[in-house]
Amino acid sequence: MQFDQILQYVLSGLSTGAIYALIGIGFSIIYNATGIINFAQGEFVMLGGLLTLSCLELLKLPLWAAIPCAIAVSTVVGILFERLAIRPLKQPTPINLVIITIGGSILIRGLAMLVWGKDTHAIPPFSGDTPIAIGGATILPQHLWILAITLLIIVINKVYFYHTISGKAMRACSYNRRAAGLVGIDVRRMVLFSFIISSAMGAVAGIIVAPLTMTAYDVGVMLGLKGFCAAIIGGMSSGISTVIGGLILGVLESLGAGLISSGYKDAIAFIILLLILFIRPQGLFGKADSERV
Amino acid sequence: MNVKVMHFVIAAVSLLLSVNAFAAAPIKIGALFAVTGPAAFLGEPERNSAKMVIDEINKAGGVKGHKLELVAYDTAGDATKAVQLATKLIKDDKVVAIIGPSTTGETMAVIPVAEKEQIPLISCSAGSKITDPVKKWVFKTAQNDSLAVGKIFEYLQKAKQTNVSILTVSDGFGASGREQLKNQAGKYGITIVSDDTYGPKDTDMTAQLTKIRGSHAQAIICWGTNPGPAVIAKNARQLGIKTPLFMSHGVSSKKFIELAGEAAEGIKLPSGKVVVADILPNSDQQKKSLMAFVKDYQKHYKAEGDHFGGHAWDAVMLIRNAIDNGADTSASIRDQLEKTRGFAGIGGSFNYSAQDHAGLGKDAFVLVEIKNKDWVIVK
Repeated sequence: MQFDQILQYVLSGLSTGAIYALIGIGFSIIYNATGIINFAQGEFVMLGGLLTLSCLELLKLPLWAAIPCAIAVSTVVGILFERLAIRPLKQPTPINLVIITIGGSILIRGLAMLVWGKDTHAIPPFSGDTPIAIGGATILPQHLWILAITLLIIVINKVYFYHTISGKAMRACSYNRRAAGLVGIDVRRMVLFSFIISSAMGAVAGIIVAPLTMTAYDVGVMLGLKGFCAAIIGGMSSGISTVIGGLILGVLESLGAGLISSGYKDAIAFIILLLILFIRPQGLFGKADSERV
Repeated sequence: MNVKVMHFVIAAVSLLLSVNAFAAAPIKIGALFAVTGPAAFLGEPERNSAKMVIDEINKAGGVKGHKLELVAYDTAGDATKAVQLATKLIKDDKVVAIIGPSTTGETMAVIPVAEKEQIPLISCSAGSKITDPVKKWVFKTAQNDSLAVGKIFEYLQKAKQTNVSILTVSDGFGASGREQLKNQAGKYGITIVSDDTYGPKDTDMTAQLTKIRGSHAQAIICWGTNPGPAVIAKNARQLGIKTPLFMSHGVSSKKFIELAGEAAEGIKLPSGKVVVADILPNSDQQKKSLMAFVKDYQKHYKAEGDHFGGHAWDAVMLIRNAIDNGADTSASIRDQLEKTRGFAGIGGSFNYSAQDHAGLGKDAFVLVEIKNKDWVIVK
């Protein structure tokens, strides 16, 4: 096995893993604020990509304007989802909420199928598609965009959660909702915030991968599940451990496909998911009673 | 609605009904298409094409004084549902023949029903096991995968590129292609140096391609339907792989060129003749049917006609021809179908016989190359 082959596997894995990480963080932000797993997270990834396509083709916007536009619309969908499906619930038990998010994801996917059809669509890359050679391996400029944007979002996240009042309030909700409410934090507003942040992040993830992987009404399912795996590996933290979880997952998948057999690629992800849930339910890096933000 | 209007409506309706009763009874043809669900990309154009061609036949006065009536149901790609609907078509709607279903799985499930009830079934799906071994009442219009594989291998043999890597999708289409690729390789003196698969929803295949790059293959054959092959084309370009890339007929549509963009240039694939209808030489005996189909489809549905619609078009025309030759019952339609010789349809030139209910030869495919975002026929 040559070195440049391994290098290529690792590089491919890192760029796929960065996407899993972004989606995974979306999962954990909502989980931390509300205690629910939002299975509609993958649909925001899909919306980001398809809305960008519409902004480019129907509204004829340039790419730099289409992207914020698509993020904004996806965020509005996230707000509507929280307002119409999550907040009105009389008995917000976790199981009810989880079922609602699954229902919501099917609804959003169905509507997207009606609006955009069943075809796969391509979005142009942000800055050309001339491959860049690194050692014996090659990556595309889009991969650099993915890594850079993921990094940027993680930094912004860190600043938000540790250095702003509303970020700290959201962390307080995740430690103890009742206590947070007692000290005057509007818990419901924090829940809404968490949906805004994670739907916007999902949309970003969907937009930056679309030039590489293309997009269709049903891309959210698999990407959502992989993001969920990343979040589980990272112990549902909205910080660096989910990112590492995503990267590990991406690299293992890529190495597995290259060195063992490509038929087991998805199996690898789900075996890891099961192992983590059985052996270390607190995540790969968490202590048994870890902080969750 | 006031009483007067009501009377008028009743009168009009009864008049319409009585007129129908006087005309020669229409011949009912059943159809099972996966219009919704995962195989909708097959079922939708198939239903559209069947409707279109039956309308045209009726507009032209029907066949031998009989109008044709299409009774089409949506199976949603579900084999259980397909069986129920097939029974319904036969028992309740009393159809003389059934067109469809769209997928091989559904067809295999419906075959026992058609055989037992003795109703001719013309399947629109490609699996070779549908007509191999031959079943008395079952025909098909879609080209066998083996013909497409043969077309590629024939070219590779001539070009002396005999070490190939194969990369197939892990679904029914890919599995069938993989089997054919492996089975036929020996016959053409071709060695398969690596054999990889990818998932239908995978978004990055650089790992598989990196492995293939290390295997020193002279050609790469990828077997799948959109969007996977487009991702593979892009990944291969990213990795700077110069090995000639071949695709299956599963991506012979403009959509693939659109998705893969620049990366599609130079890719070769076997294709049914629909997508290249306008650049076929005039001597091609299918050209007339192809041009008529493409133009009609464009007129009716404002979209490009594709192979899948062509399978349904062929099935309807085969039944029409059988009726035109004097058949009017299920049994006589079956006998006439088996006598079909040299019918130049959309999928190819059909020659059914008692031993062959697939009816197509290797000339059903042409090898095309993508150049400047369009198809060019490889000589």
